[in-house]
Amino acid sequence: MLQINIDACIGCGLCEEECTYEAISVVDGIAEVNDKCTLCGSCVDVCEVEALHIEREEKQVQSDFGDWSGVCVFAEHRNGRIAPVTFELLGIGRQLADDLEVKLSAVLLGSDLSDKASKLIAFGADTVYQVDDTALEDFTDDAYGNVFEDIVREHKPEIVLAGATAIGRSFIPQVATALETGLTADCTELAIRKEDRTLLQTRPAFGGNVMATIECPYSRPQMATVRPMVMKSLPEDQGRKGEIISYTPKPERLQSRVKVLNSVKEDRDQINITEAEIIVSGGRGLDDEKGFALIRELADALGGAVGASRAAVDSEWIPYPHQVGQTGKTVCPKLYIACGISGAIQHIVGMQSSDMIVAINKDPDAPIFDVATCGIVGDLFEVVPMLTEKIKERKTS
Amino acid sequence: MNIIVCVKQVPDAKDVRLDPKTNTLSREGVESIMNPYDRHALEAAVQLKENYGGTVTVVSMGPPQAEEVLREAVSCGADEAVLVSDRAFAGADTWATTYTLMKAIKKIGTFDLIICGKQAIDGDTAQVGPGLAHRLNIPFVTCIRNITNCEDSLLKAERLMDDGYDVLEIQLPALLTVVKDINEPRVPSLKGKMKAKKISITSMSAEDIGANPEQIGLNGSTTQVVRVFSPEPRGEKTMLTGSVAEQVEQLIEKLEAIQ
Repeated sequence: MLQINIDACIGCGLCEEECTYEAISVVDGIAEVNDKCTLCGSCVDVCEVEALHIEREEKQVQSDFGDWSGVCVFAEHRNGRIAPVTFELLGIGRQLADDLEVKLSAVLLGSDLSDKASKLIAFGADTVYQVDDTALEDFTDDAYGNVFEDIVREHKPEIVLAGATAIGRSFIPQVATALETGLTADCTELAIRKEDRTLLQTRPAFGGNVMATIECPYSRPQMATVRPMVMKSLPEDQGRKGEIISYTPKPERLQSRVKVLNSVKEDRDQINITEAEIIVSGGRGLDDEKGFALIRELADALGGAVGASRAAVDSEWIPYPHQVGQTGKTVCPKLYIACGISGAIQHIVGMQSSDMIVAINKDPDAPIFDVATCGIVGDLFEVVPMLTEKIKERKTS
Repeated sequence: MNIIVCVKQVPDAKDVRLDPKTNTLSREGVESIMNPYDRHALEAAVQLKENYGGTVTVVSMGPPQAEEVLREAVSCGADEAVLVSDRAFAGADTWATTYTLMKAIKKIGTFDLIICGKQAIDGDTAQVGPGLAHRLNIPFVTCIRNITNCEDSLLKAERLMDDGYDVLEIQLPALLTVVKDINEPRVPSLKGKMKAKKISITSMSAEDIGANPEQIGLNGSTTQVVRVFSPEPRGEKTMLTGSVAEQVEQLIEKLEAIQ
């Protein structure tokens, strides 16, 4: 429960302003909490007179807490390719492992893995646990979850990281539940508090407006999924030494109650915008489906992918996999060009961490300009074709 | 086919703007709504019911006001509504939430299918569906974009992946989480609205579901929020000026600087 010290409270209203859930309000000069409170703690942090406090019972820590050591990364592999986020995980994993003075391991599951494990070593892993089995050719939550859980149980890493991808965000929650430990989704920052070896997991909450730092104080491992395109990978070093260990799962752990009948790849327009370094996005300002031709041309000229706002997807000008924003994909390219996108919060939270944001919009008051690094107020039907033309010219000259 | 749909009441972020000066949300006029993904989960359930018969029960864990979204769900085709509400549930992380929902669903009884939205737009964790399935020991699939068939306890569906989609066969009982591609949620019918007004919502407390106090709410949570803060404001913004040609020229110079 949220405790309010009525003697300390000065009724300033900071807590009321801060609360996302309308759970606290100042009545007759004193803060009052209602049923909507989720105990998120925002008000406690913002209170300048320390009048607010959340009481939490001390929990017993897990009995073998101290036996867990090392950092472990789930190496995502699909259709013969290691997902790029894996190298980013190895980059941050290496840093965390060095801070803790422990080993960095990677778990590689799949079929026909050839020399993929050595690549993980070249990018920072000390040990790779590998399961190469036809049962793991297709991704199923059951088989991947069971096998990953067993490897983690056996080797007891204190930290487990996976990519916040379709695969990672699907099966990792089940692994955390099975291991009876906490999991923080979609982290954008990870650090070690050295005095108690705690992993500080920071993630955007409430659509990116608030950042929250989360700990897992009573159980091990500390688990997090990590947003792609945020962490930096190390340069590949073929000379790095490491150990590759083949792990043989129990046959029943490879079974799945879900059967993959078919796996369909959709390549059109480089649909996986989360991995793109350049994205050109279009919104309501394009007026219709044909407007997207301009966006595609600019994206092609820049070698980038095509994104869209929810309004454009809702109008069926472009399919959902292109949607950027809270209900679509979160992207973090080096360059994001928003054309005819007004910048509703739901869109902004999906692209605001891009390195450079260019906004082209005819309305000078459009909120997209608030997050833009560079803004052009003008008619996109004029600006975009000219931009495409000039970029093509530069390329050929 | 008995289907349970998990719904959550969330603050509506659709019309909220960032205040560029303070970099905080302007919350004026923000209403509570049904989590947008859950609308699609509900619609998928109602469509399955229409095709194969059965009932749709909506469950929400939340404060008493969450009753509003349950009534809304009934107006859109749900048959029964259960509110899992207790002050002791406050502050639950996904671990404590999945425990609470598991206990409530066991209390509700048998089911063939549970459908959840892919994630809630306030927390954005996408962890409750998979965690709940594990606790109920049933198979699950996330990010379903299409349900094509359901026969003899076998459900055929498509799962959205980062590079395309997978066609799957799932043994029921199972849990699915859905993306918005799956359908277009209906608006409430007049008949539905009447029903929603009259329906008596089953309320379940921590005691009703037989929850272990050590597993629920803030104290049952495995994770702890230690700091909440505003993100770093963005750096300098340049608004370009001049003719369209001049602005394009300046932009190209800037683009070349970063490449």
